[in-house]
Amino acid sequence: MIKLEKVSKTYRTGTFGGKLLPAVVDVSFDVRDGEVVSLIGESGSGKSTIGKMILRLITITSGRILFNDIDISTIKEGDLKNYYHDVQSVFQDPFSSYNPIFKADRIFSIIRQEFFPKVKDSQWNEKVDSSLKAVGLNPDQVLNKFPHQLSGGQLQRFLIARALLLDIKFLVADEIISMLDASTRVDVLNLLAELKSKGLSILFITHDLSLGYYISERAIILYRGCIVEMGDTKKIYFDPIHPYTKMLMASVPRLDKKWEKVEVELKAKQAEITEGCVYYERCKSPRRSTKCNLKRPDLVEVSPGHFASCFL
Amino acid sequence: MSLQIKNLVVYYQTLRGYVKALDDVTFSISDGEIMGLAGESGCGKTTLGNSLIRLEPPMKYIKGDVELDNEKLPVWNSSQMNAFRFKKISIIPQYAMNALNPTIKIGKMISELLSSRKFNYKKIKPELERRLDLVELTHDVLNMYPIELSGGMKQRMVLVLSTLLDPSLLIADEITSALDVSTQKAVAEMLVEFRNRKFVKSMIVITHDISILYQIADSILVMYAGKLAEKASTNVIVNTPRHPYTKLLISSLPKVGVRYTEKKLSGIPGNTPLLLDPPAGCRFRDRCPVAFDRCFEEPPFVEIEKDHYIACWKECTEND
Ligand SMILES: Nc1ncnc2c1ncn2[C@@H]1O[C@H](COP(=O)(O)OP(=O)(O)OP(=O)(O)O)[C@@H](O)[C@H]1O
Ligand SMILES: Nc1ncnc2c1ncn2[C@@H]1O[C@H](COP(=O)(O)OP(=O)(O)OP(=O)(O)O)[C@@H](O)[C@H]1O
Ligand code: SF4
Ligand code: SF4
Ligand SMILES: [Mg+2]
Ligand SMILES: [Mg+2]
Repeated sequence: MIKLEKVSKTYRTGTFGGKLLPAVVDVSFDVRDGEVVSLIGESGSGKSTIGKMILRLITITSGRILFNDIDISTIKEGDLKNYYHDVQSVFQDPFSSYNPIFKADRIFSIIRQEFFPKVKDSQWNEKVDSSLKAVGLNPDQVLNKFPHQLSGGQLQRFLIARALLLDIKFLVADEIISMLDASTRVDVLNLLAELKSKGLSILFITHDLSLGYYISERAIILYRGCIVEMGDTKKIYFDPIHPYTKMLMASVPRLDKKWEKVEVELKAKQAEITEGCVYYERCKSPRRSTKCNLKRPDLVEVSPGHFASCFL
Repeated sequence: MSLQIKNLVVYYQTLRGYVKALDDVTFSISDGEIMGLAGESGCGKTTLGNSLIRLEPPMKYIKGDVELDNEKLPVWNSSQMNAFRFKKISIIPQYAMNALNPTIKIGKMISELLSSRKFNYKKIKPELERRLDLVELTHDVLNMYPIELSGGMKQRMVLVLSTLLDPSLLIADEITSALDVSTQKAVAEMLVEFRNRKFVKSMIVITHDISILYQIADSILVMYAGKLAEKASTNVIVNTPRHPYTKLLISSLPKVGVRYTEKKLSGIPGNTPLLLDPPAGCRFRDRCPVAFDRCFEEPPFVEIEKDHYIACWKECTEND
């Protein structure tokens, strides 16, 4: 479905773009047909940047992204519409996707103008109704309302319904439920699971690890733009290899277990990126040595399908 | 008893009438207690926190008493509350991170705040620096502007600032929600550390994330649609809750190790009622799987076991 090959993104920042900020570094992974892959990492680790590159909202600095074996950077502007027929995203904050002065269902008419100008009214309304029902909303209750008359969960599901109108194959879901209440979260998660069973592939971006576990078969742990570990979700959660993943798993607030005393290193987060291991500054592993700071460890396959980037 | 609230009613005044966001709330917090306050978005958590410290329009005090360390708080009079704010009772507001004045350096802001309360910055500075060390912030932050701090640094800064005068009660409103798991853990543990060191006597920690409360709170109070539903020790709320809403809320939480293919979780069907015109009787009635005739009357918030309070006819009647 989607394949990333050594993808990097370097932002130019500062006045005149004089400073370079490597936000994503040599990232390779794939999402297979009907698979949900979680992309996990702390704030600023490059998760949204990856999502935006897949949607061609920003350029790729180096590397390739393939959608069904086609290099997406070769798609011409005129053919992008076809790409967006297959690939869509839903972003973090549902409220920012709506204009408060228009009714919320305006997001559907925009899709209609763009993609289905020839479809008749009755046929279109049927299509909207069925995609609203697919996301568990009652069309009579939610259509013809202003954004403030709907709840966050309802607005979020509206956005997913919009993506469904296009009969998409791949969805980038960027933190779509962290804003929602516990009970609404579960509804949206279950909805994603159902869509997946119908063949949709999903890149599920989150920093809430229990949500990632609930829904995905594989997980990717990102730290400062680099993949530090990736593999089967169960292995990543219960048998992590990388010191960063271990620290993350120990920090997850759980309802069946109290936190153990592990030192959380707060100070070193802003350290400069060096030639060496990206986690060097914060690493508390007994394996850590000065060697780690000289050369970056490769992402190696430790057991079938389970990759980690640490000198073992 | 550190905090005692009796029959507190606070509404929002709107053009279309009162929004009944806090309706007849009675509970207390002991010395040293960290009480978590949980419930769905819009149930009144922030309203409760703000009522205790800054009750200003469009909020309207209707009735009720608040006592802190056996002294009555004039919550209905915002200017009289000045004498208590920051010194006796302090709040870290929801979205505090973005509320810091971006044009003033942090050190200057603290010094201005202290002198407005007739305290001497120079005298307090050594203690301030000790506390910065404790939350692992360098003393340099005092010379920085708020935008130079990351989210986690800001929250730790605000924690130090709001407890600098050793208040009796600290209200922390969603201070960990925007942080990633490792920073979240660090900040949450600092709250406990501040209580243990007696920088604050007791705390109300507001969050919709019950798994964080399970780590740090002594007790949890669950609200639903402007009313109290249940209060008990953290362990009881998480493992053996009695209120139908609490039960559904806890069971809807995804846990590490639970996958939809093995155990499908379910949300709570239905929506929370509008607080402009809430239904009479139990406000959870429409969504409650065990509702019965009696629920058209309002259930009182009563103690069913020691330190376990609940507002539900089903649970009280069965005990009679
Ligand atoms: N348009 C931009 N110009 C310059 N730098 C940017 C831009 N967008 C993002 N960055 C930087 O790139 C890095 C990665 O950002 P990104 O938004 O991908 O992180 P994220 O993992 O999605 O974080 P969050 O969890 O906070 O959403 C950050 O350091 C960010 O400041
Ligand atoms: N200024 C206001 N005017 C009118 N109604 C308000 C106002 N502020 C809040 N409300 C209403 O009061 C109720 C309680 O709001 P409150 O902010 O206390 O909820 P909360 O539990 O803190 O929610 P969240 O988890 O989203 O922060 C909500 O129904 C809200 O719509
Ligand atoms: S390579 Fe070295 S510094 Fe990096 S995570 Fe492994 S042990 Fe730690
Ligand atoms: S009082 Fe009735 S409706 Fe309310 S929670 Fe109890 S059983 Fe359910
Ligand atoms: Mg992001
Ligand atoms: Mg709130």
